[in-house]
Amino acid sequence: MNYEAVIGLEVHVQVRTNSKIFTRVAAGYGHAENTLTDPVILALPGALPVMNKAALDAIIKAGLLLGCEIAPVCKWDRKHYFYPDSPKNYQISQYDQPMCRGGAVEIELPGPARNVMGEHKKIPLTRIHLEEDVGKLNHGAAESLVDYNRAGTPLMEIVSEPAMHTAEEAFAFLTSLRATMVYGGISDCDMEKGQLRCDANISVRPTGQTTLGTKVELKNLNSISFVRDGIAHEIKRQIALLERGGTVEQETRDYDGQTGLSQSLRSKEMAHDYRYFPDPDLMPVKVDEAWKARLRAECPELPFEKQRRFAASHQLPYTLTSVLVWDKALADYFEEAASLAGPGRAQAVGNWIVNDLLRELGGAKLEVGQAKVRPAHVAALVQLVEAGTVLANAAKEIFIEMFATGETPEAIAGRRGLNAAPADAGELELWCRDAIAANAKALAEFKAGKDSAINAFKGPVMKAAKGKADPKLVDSTLRRLLAAS
Amino acid sequence: MSSARDLDIDHVAKLARLALTPEEKAKFSQQLGEVLSHIEQLGKVDVSGIEPTAHAFPVVNVWADDVARPGLPVEAALQNAPAQRHHMIAVPKVVE
Amino acid sequence: MAAELFFQTIAELGALLDSRKLSSAELTRAVIARTKAVDGRVHAFNSFDEAGALASAAASDARRAAGQARGPLDGIPVGLKDVIAAAGQPLTASSKILANYVSPYDATVTARLKGAGAVVWGRLNCDEFAMGSSTENSAFGPASNPWDLARVPGGSSGGSAAAVAGGELIAALGSDTGGSIRQPAALCGVVGLKPTYGLVSRYGLVAFASSLDQIGPLARTVEDAALVLGAIAGHDPLDSTSFQADIPDYHAGLKQKKGPWRIGIPKEYFGTGLDPAVGAAVEAAIAFYRSQGCEIKEVSLPHTQYCLDTYYIIATAEASSNLARFDGIRYGHRASGAKDVVDLYFQSRAEGFGPEVKRRIILGTYVLSSGYYDAYYLRAQKVRTLIRQDFLSAYREVDALLTPTSPTPAFKLGEKFDPLALYLCDIYTIGVNLAGLPALSLPCGFTPAGLPIGLQLIGQPFRESELLAMAHTYEQAHDWHRRHPAL
Ligand SMILES: [Mg+2]
Ligand SMILES: [Zn+2]
Repeated sequence: MNYEAVIGLEVHVQVRTNSKIFTRVAAGYGHAENTLTDPVILALPGALPVMNKAALDAIIKAGLLLGCEIAPVCKWDRKHYFYPDSPKNYQISQYDQPMCRGGAVEIELPGPARNVMGEHKKIPLTRIHLEEDVGKLNHGAAESLVDYNRAGTPLMEIVSEPAMHTAEEAFAFLTSLRATMVYGGISDCDMEKGQLRCDANISVRPTGQTTLGTKVELKNLNSISFVRDGIAHEIKRQIALLERGGTVEQETRDYDGQTGLSQSLRSKEMAHDYRYFPDPDLMPVKVDEAWKARLRAECPELPFEKQRRFAASHQLPYTLTSVLVWDKALADYFEEAASLAGPGRAQAVGNWIVNDLLRELGGAKLEVGQAKVRPAHVAALVQLVEAGTVLANAAKEIFIEMFATGETPEAIAGRRGLNAAPADAGELELWCRDAIAANAKALAEFKAGKDSAINAFKGPVMKAAKGKADPKLVDSTLRRLLAAS
Repeated sequence: MSSARDLDIDHVAKLARLALTPEEKAKFSQQLGEVLSHIEQLGKVDVSGIEPTAHAFPVVNVWADDVARPGLPVEAALQNAPAQRHHMIAVPKVVE
Repeated sequence: MAAELFFQTIAELGALLDSRKLSSAELTRAVIARTKAVDGRVHAFNSFDEAGALASAAASDARRAAGQARGPLDGIPVGLKDVIAAAGQPLTASSKILANYVSPYDATVTARLKGAGAVVWGRLNCDEFAMGSSTENSAFGPASNPWDLARVPGGSSGGSAAAVAGGELIAALGSDTGGSIRQPAALCGVVGLKPTYGLVSRYGLVAFASSLDQIGPLARTVEDAALVLGAIAGHDPLDSTSFQADIPDYHAGLKQKKGPWRIGIPKEYFGTGLDPAVGAAVEAAIAFYRSQGCEIKEVSLPHTQYCLDTYYIIATAEASSNLARFDGIRYGHRASGAKDVVDLYFQSRAEGFGPEVKRRIILGTYVLSSGYYDAYYLRAQKVRTLIRQDFLSAYREVDALLTPTSPTPAFKLGEKFDPLALYLCDIYTIGVNLAGLPALSLPCGFTPAGLPIGLQLIGQPFRESELLAMAHTYEQAHDWHRRHPAL
């Protein structure tokens, strides 16, 4: 029998703010234990919450970017459960009136080859709401130690519909969602810092069946590759279980990315009854058109939209767009350089960025924003090459030097004598004759109709010219001489 | 409206994380039973079309700008802690 | 003849302080001496900070000497109900679970009183977590009524009312969730004001029922209540439910606002169970207002019979949630020998909370639990809307409402065991909290046995000025407030 998996994701994204969601003590990562607290965070007697405007802006922006319906009015609810990392023993969250409903995340599945675009899909969302994070428990042998620094950090809970069917789709969902959040300036989504956390609800059913199978909740998928591996593993586990004639139990399982195994969390915890009710300490939020319009104006173009635009307006191939659009800083860098370089030069600009700039950045472990070579430099270099002022090999050297020093390509070419020599046609013709005379085998092949045999002569000519020969001129000279010989 | 007989004191005490003695359970069940019977009359009120009052006054959008301010020094944060270690609150081991 | 220092009013003492006939240090010492002399019997205080009080008094005297006195409260000894935080002072809520807790921060009202120069020193006994009407639910023992030590001072702000009545303080703050300022004020013969919900910040008030709680003054006179309210009222960015409103000069308003007013008498508040002496005193007060040219009009608040039930659902639900934080983890009582963290919760809370608190947590947890929310909490919120509408409709015809504060005078300690009977003490006061209105209790007579009787005036939202002026008019024509208990 064939089986189909059904996957829904619940993603918690930490919103990047200066202060916490319900009090103004700083939000941050990596601080000494319990140094980011105040009476509200510690739930001291008498403390009261006050909303953070920036967290509201962030979720509305996220909702707009993902095409959600923004609630005209939403409220805050208390969700009760006792746990030492939860100072009030209730979490302030949004229950029946979340800020966002609906919307979708556009994903791209892997294509047939790396350089070929894969299938695009829209994974529908159920809702997005805001809530507060809890503290961090450190488990020792006999006791647990609680650090409340993270408590009260704003979180968005993004819930997808159970609309994915493979681990690859879930992986693509998270990749795209993360890029959207980073693009929108909503979150840095650093999974190592817990800024993006994912739980997956997974069930399998015989292909063709319309009702859902029993779902298992997989927790602690704390890196994007763990999400893919954990889900793939869980789907396999459930199918194997069904094939053996067993039944899937509704449970929560903990995935261990190191061992690749999952384990049931059979807690002795009593059945949950969260006793939600509207938080009397907080007033509702009313979102009007003006507020939405203000945030819509701040919404950036998303990667897939950018990719389609780059392909349409610059005729960039997928191999370039698929690299350029995922880092907003890189895409902006490209656009600036392409516009400075002028019409028809976008692909050349793209090639410099994707091949040379990224290679140098990788080697130096720098971000795009830190590069000394600026878009204007790349544009100028493309123009110099096109004008024949510098030759290809020299340009490569110039780029490396520009990256190191931030000097203009003209300055480097001048200082290093890398400008192409004025074409001495006579000398070039002599070098070409020598090259043809020295390689009878290639000559015969060319005469026999193998056009690429011409390349065998170009190396010696370039070598003789110490790289300072215009490849177009070399090519035409060789063809003229070959035709005559 | 539900009946006062529905009060399952063991279940509710568990939700509230309150250990009750058998005497307390018996006494509270009886007393709260009386209170709940009294409360049953609320079921007679016609509340159709009535909006719930969650706040004494309807005000919306009460927030603060996202400006971080200093919180409590760690010593003050932990000054009332029943047990602490390494600047953290110590609790019996939490088994997840 | 002037009364002893500790029985004088803020207004009288202010004149003495300003004319340098008295220093704050002398006044504070007099109040401390009085407290030491009588509090063994009254037990109005949970704790006090003598050294801190004398230091504040000295600072006040220094300001006054430098011509920098901060206003009418500068140098006046005041106390806080032990549910209001003051940095460096204990904050127990009269509960074992907070017996050793010291607040690291000031409530907004505390900061404002300090800013006004008041000597903020005593922490006043109350029912545990403000849950009660007699102060018998204090984990540290009940307070007594200074008029009859065998009787309760009312509650939950019983310590605040008893301390003001007994001359242990000049004024105090209490909190009122269902009558907890007004009822003890009535039973102890002092003035107690519950402001409009949102007028006074709740930041730093140990939450009982967040949508009902409000801090307010207990004082000897309406004028003193106006002075204290002026110091604590006003918007606070730390409390999202704090209202953005201009704060008038309440003290000046006492003389500016003049009647005659249209006064409504809610017929539902004069039914069975009203003590005859209380009824007679209130009738006399009605007659007084009529004699002043006020229009007296019977009005109806048809949902009054549902107030108590609505109140107990909303208040206990919110309390069950607000009290979840008392778990023995970060502060407060922690049971020893718990076998794991879940057990730690069960045992710490079992040992830390008293019976009334447990009872209300159970009720509140139950009404919010799965399957019961709509039938109880949601329905109560809707009935609350109807109750509020009753009041607002009445205000289309009248300026204020007049009722008894408590159906009976102070009862004997230990007299009422049955929770339902005790809950009935609040029948005239809880509607005001559900509707979020301002209301004030002031002395309007004594029973034949010499127990004080309180009159309640209920005003319109954020119109405390009118309410105070109306009460002041009565007080000016009577001298109930000049009588003091013999202790
Ligand atoms: Mg969830
Ligand atoms: Zn969540």
